Amino acid sequence: MSMAEAIIVTIVIASTPLLLAALGELVAERSGVLNLGVEGMMIMGAVTGFIASYETGQPIFGILASLAAGMLTASLFAFVTLVLVANQVASGLALTLLGIGFSALIGESYASKPGVRLAQIHIPGLSDIPFVGPILFGQDPLVYVTVALTVGVSWFLFRTRGGLVLRAVGDNHVSAHALGYGVVRVRFLAVLFGGACAGLAGAYLSLVSTSQWLDNMTAGRGWIALALVVFATWLPWRLAVGALLFGAVGILQFHAQALGVRVPAQFLSALPYLITIVVLVLISGNRMLMRSNTPAMLGQSFVPDR
Amino acid sequence: MLKRLMIAGAALGVALTMGVAEAQEKFKVGFVAIGPKNDGGWTQAHWTGVEALQKELGDKIEVTFLESVPEGPDAERAIEGLVQAGNKLIFTTSFGYMEPTLKVAAKYPDVMFEHATGFKTAPNVTTYNARFYEGRYIIGQIAAKMSKTGTAGYIVSFPIPEVIMGINSFMLGAQSVNPDFKLKIIWINTWMDPAKEGDAAKALFDQGVDIITQHTDSTEPLKIAQERGLLGFGQSHDMIDAAPKAQLTSIIDNWGPYYIARTKAAMDGTWKSQASWDGLAEGTVQMAPYTNMPDDVAAAAKEMEEKIRTGAFHPFTGPIYKQDGTEVVPAGQVMDDGSLLTMDYYVKGVDGTPGTN
Amino acid sequence: MRIELIRRPERSAAMAWLSPVIAVVLTLVAGAIIFAANGIDPLQGLYVYFLEPLTLPFTLYELVVKAIPIIIIAVGLALCYLSNVWNIGAEGQLTVGAITGSLLPILFPDFQNVLTLPIMLLMGILGGALYAAIPAVLKSRFGTNEILTSLMLVYVAAYLLDWLVRGPLRDPQGFGFPGSRPFTDFQVMPILFPGSRVHLGLVFALVVVVGAWFILHRTITGFAITTLGQAPRAGAFAGFSRRRMTMLVFLISGGLAGLAGIAEVAGPVGKLEVVISPGYGFTAIIVAFLGRLNPAAIVVAGLVLALSFIGSERAQIVLGMSSQTGRVFQGMLLFFVLACDTFILYRLRFVRTPHAPLARSAE
Repeated sequence: MSMAEAIIVTIVIASTPLLLAALGELVAERSGVLNLGVEGMMIMGAVTGFIASYETGQPIFGILASLAAGMLTASLFAFVTLVLVANQVASGLALTLLGIGFSALIGESYASKPGVRLAQIHIPGLSDIPFVGPILFGQDPLVYVTVALTVGVSWFLFRTRGGLVLRAVGDNHVSAHALGYGVVRVRFLAVLFGGACAGLAGAYLSLVSTSQWLDNMTAGRGWIALALVVFATWLPWRLAVGALLFGAVGILQFHAQALGVRVPAQFLSALPYLITIVVLVLISGNRMLMRSNTPAMLGQSFVPDR
Repeated sequence: MLKRLMIAGAALGVALTMGVAEAQEKFKVGFVAIGPKNDGGWTQAHWTGVEALQKELGDKIEVTFLESVPEGPDAERAIEGLVQAGNKLIFTTSFGYMEPTLKVAAKYPDVMFEHATGFKTAPNVTTYNARFYEGRYIIGQIAAKMSKTGTAGYIVSFPIPEVIMGINSFMLGAQSVNPDFKLKIIWINTWMDPAKEGDAAKALFDQGVDIITQHTDSTEPLKIAQERGLLGFGQSHDMIDAAPKAQLTSIIDNWGPYYIARTKAAMDGTWKSQASWDGLAEGTVQMAPYTNMPDDVAAAAKEMEEKIRTGAFHPFTGPIYKQDGTEVVPAGQVMDDGSLLTMDYYVKGVDGTPGTN
Repeated sequence: MRIELIRRPERSAAMAWLSPVIAVVLTLVAGAIIFAANGIDPLQGLYVYFLEPLTLPFTLYELVVKAIPIIIIAVGLALCYLSNVWNIGAEGQLTVGAITGSLLPILFPDFQNVLTLPIMLLMGILGGALYAAIPAVLKSRFGTNEILTSLMLVYVAAYLLDWLVRGPLRDPQGFGFPGSRPFTDFQVMPILFPGSRVHLGLVFALVVVVGAWFILHRTITGFAITTLGQAPRAGAFAGFSRRRMTMLVFLISGGLAGLAGIAEVAGPVGKLEVVISPGYGFTAIIVAFLGRLNPAAIVVAGLVLALSFIGSERAQIVLGMSSQTGRVFQGMLLFFVLACDTFILYRLRFVRTPHAPLARSAE
């Protein structure tokens, strides 16, 4: 592999968990729910994914466990915010606290144990094609799952009736309800999907990016995923671009350092956050861009009246 | 499901409610740690030392190990809480606990305190640290002999003297073998973030480095080295399980002997405030078995280890030059501890600037 | 069968009182289960965690020390949330307030007189307020989501502090270690009770609480805050400017976070360091909600949260519980409170068949 190829491969690995978690959050937000608990769901996915794969020796069980854990955690949030109409911002923060604390409790005896890394696939012939081979045909399976999910979410949101309903619920829950759609049910499912994606993103961190479990190992990546959704103006394909960009900033700053480029390390580390703010301002400055995509009901509770 | 290693029981709980237990027979030793005791790095090394202490003194002592205590205002309460719980000897194991330790110590002159990696002592506050740079000189030599590209990668956390000293010692060791040896350094601004450490390791390897070392805590860089069929060095403890084919050796933090000696001293009344900086000679710094290298390289490493242990050689022996060529230590002389502990510059041959300064 | 929420004709006064009690009881029950799962006698666990800290003078004082910054910040955030403005970046504003407030003692260490501390505090408030003005301006000028910008700025502030205390503001006598020179004499917060760490910040916290109550209930600004928060259109009709309100509550909450920051640095911490807060800015968000955005209730909520921190430390010392148990308790408590609060405005109804839809928004 050439250096450019190698860099692209590492950028993809760094971007995948961000994209996964952000995809789930995008769907939830499109239905009008702002779930700030991404970090909490992600870390629960990371710990359960690691434990299941460590105990069985099979990463696939880890992946399944992380999906279940993400959905379970999300359902707690969904119940409190959708059924009991509690404040979404506060509930999301509670979910993050709970996730970080609870994951540390159940993962205590697994911390820093050597785990199994999910292997990269190798398609004889294809994976060996110069340059494009390793990038297109030599990634780990979850990368392809993520790509498929990105396409799938985009197709679902804009090409199916279900997607139309989901967006309608997110844009105006009163009208959607009047039309006979189950607002709470649609949102509940959207939040569960978000949980599954976040759980999987967590498992990616403990099974692919690394092969270990450590307290608080998501280290703020859930928050970056949240930022990404806005960065992408709630459009899946922009999400993919944004995630690659974020991943690239992280990786390329290391390369810059190794090449001896003099930039304060703290400034480099703060850069992704500054970029997000700038992009947030840019996209919100463009009124057309925002109005067409922002779910109007984002963060608002809905109670069907009789 | 959860292992409960720390010693505490119902009896103690009740005793505490009646005011701090007066009639204890066991000598109480407290520890305050920055991370969880199974972090696989710095805190785990201290915890291993505590386990050795418990094994040695068994029933005579009672240990409380407070983990994940953030530096800052909470640390002072945690330390004072240990005093209130009747601990007579308290080890605070992170640099950031320096001021809180001193504050609490001033309030309780009868309690003995030991602060790791700090530089301020008091009548009842000792500082302790280990000369990890001794090990780094050895691995620098190994790296220079084992690297085919003549370039090593170094993943680092924060530009404090301890870390800069390590980089310089590694480079001086490498230069003693290959004067043109090159070092690529990546600052990641954290002691522990396995994914980030792994990314940094990949970036270094992608840029043609074939050996890495680290001053961060996780096993991830070594695992990446193993997956790429390249080499690296462990940190804090023997990481051979994580990377049996990649680890050349590891600089092991071995706090056990120190903790045993100091606790015994505190128990028999011979404890005195001091500033202790032990190394290979005292066994506080140990080298993991030299693996994955030719016999002659291993033999040379052992020989150097022995020379440092006996005091026949000091890694910071002149002539030592700063990057710009100014001489800091003349030929034949040895850098004093004070200069080592405040080191904020790279030696000649290391590119870039330390961190942000 | 389906669960339906039925809006009560008016707020249930009984539930308003019962809700936090039920939430605490549920948290205790869940806590007992967690203790039991860890092989600890649940009663003893709960005692050590929640009651014992209230019986020792040392922990009582520490409870107050811990609650001071949380309460000061939470009151400011309550004003934001009441007006439907979502500042969740108080941690960053705290950090910047600590930095700006520390500039005087670090750059002019010999400036030692009665004015030193007041100037430090003022600069801290100013710094926090200005940092909070960034998301406020972006929100009112471009409509940028303030939740995300204020949150991103937390990380930026943390790196700024990190850079400063390792570089430009580092103690020249500090042997190269990170951290500013320690503050002394007129640069530190006076201690109110000798032998403890309870400092002047307690007075600030009380003033802030009373002041916020006064603003909310006795001034037109307070009326504008609640009106814009609950019924934005009515507020607009009444002539209240949404933009000006966003700016105002951001400046107030940022200033208070800045005050908490400099009070911590000049108080319990004693100098500008890499880590100056264990996440007070985020804890305060929880406290604001636990206190239902009511200044007086925030005092109680702040003490409860402080108790959960101190209790988890006690549980670690006495029972050997994991250090992360505190977070679990805090998360659970918040969840239970949020869930129980629903029943102040609604009651549950179990129905067999769905009714004909006729919808309205809850907000």
